[in-house]
Amino acid sequence: MANNPRIKLPDSVKAGDIIEVKTLITHVMETGHRKDRDGNAIERNIINTFVAKFGDAEVFRAELGPGISANPYISFQLRVPGPGTFEFAWIDDQGVKVVETTPLNVA
Amino acid sequence: MADSVHISILNRRSFILATLGAACSAQLFASSRAFADAGAVLPFERTAHFEEALQKFLTGVTPVEGLIAVDLPEIAENGNFVPITIVAESPMTDADHVRKIHILSSGNPVASVATFRLSPLNGTARVQSRMRLARSQDVIVLAEMSTGVLAIATMTVKVTIGGCQS
Repeated sequence: MANNPRIKLPDSVKAGDIIEVKTLITHVMETGHRKDRDGNAIERNIINTFVAKFGDAEVFRAELGPGISANPYISFQLRVPGPGTFEFAWIDDQGVKVVETTPLNVA
Repeated sequence: MADSVHISILNRRSFILATLGAACSAQLFASSRAFADAGAVLPFERTAHFEEALQKFLTGVTPVEGLIAVDLPEIAENGNFVPITIVAESPMTDADHVRKIHILSSGNPVASVATFRLSPLNGTARVQSRMRLARSQDVIVLAEMSTGVLAIATMTVKVTIGGCQS
């Protein structure tokens, strides 16, 4: 189960700046290679897709495998076109989708 | 008072000496082991599915080295959380930008760790994440440019405690 998405953006931003967007979410990222105490395989459940939109435009997308750590941290860069709102989405193998919107304050 | 200061200095000195001695012998041990490893398997053994995944990218293209800077620890104490930073050299214009960055692992049960999709909107081709490493291995980063160039970088990471669930 994915929860508690966290986004870190720089405090003061001007249009045209290239900023770092840091994202983090709580998720077990179960690989599918582990077994429980009775020796039964634990079903794989990872966040397989992360999508970041700014306004209407998709600005970043990540396809993740089981080699990404639990509670996946992803950061990317964006050249700020102007004021707007981010929409971040994380989707896991069970189809659970967590969406977080974050406004970007542009001076 | 003076006595106690004196004693503590002595104690510290002997402690430092003892620590140095231990460190040296540990290093001797480590280097002799590294030497033994060098004779056995170096570079680290790569899985068949990794070779297969890598070949898919390399068919018909000659990869270019030196365009990607990958920041990974040389020695990862915990294979469950290995920070990775990738910077690909690119002007990130409409005509010339990074389209995709791939991370491949040569020793994990699954070779494909992640694929990041970028565009000129990013301004800079720089991504960061944390990955699992099941054992000591090579991590290969590929960057597909809009110009058709394929950039490659190879990093070797020694893992103390493997991220065995990866």
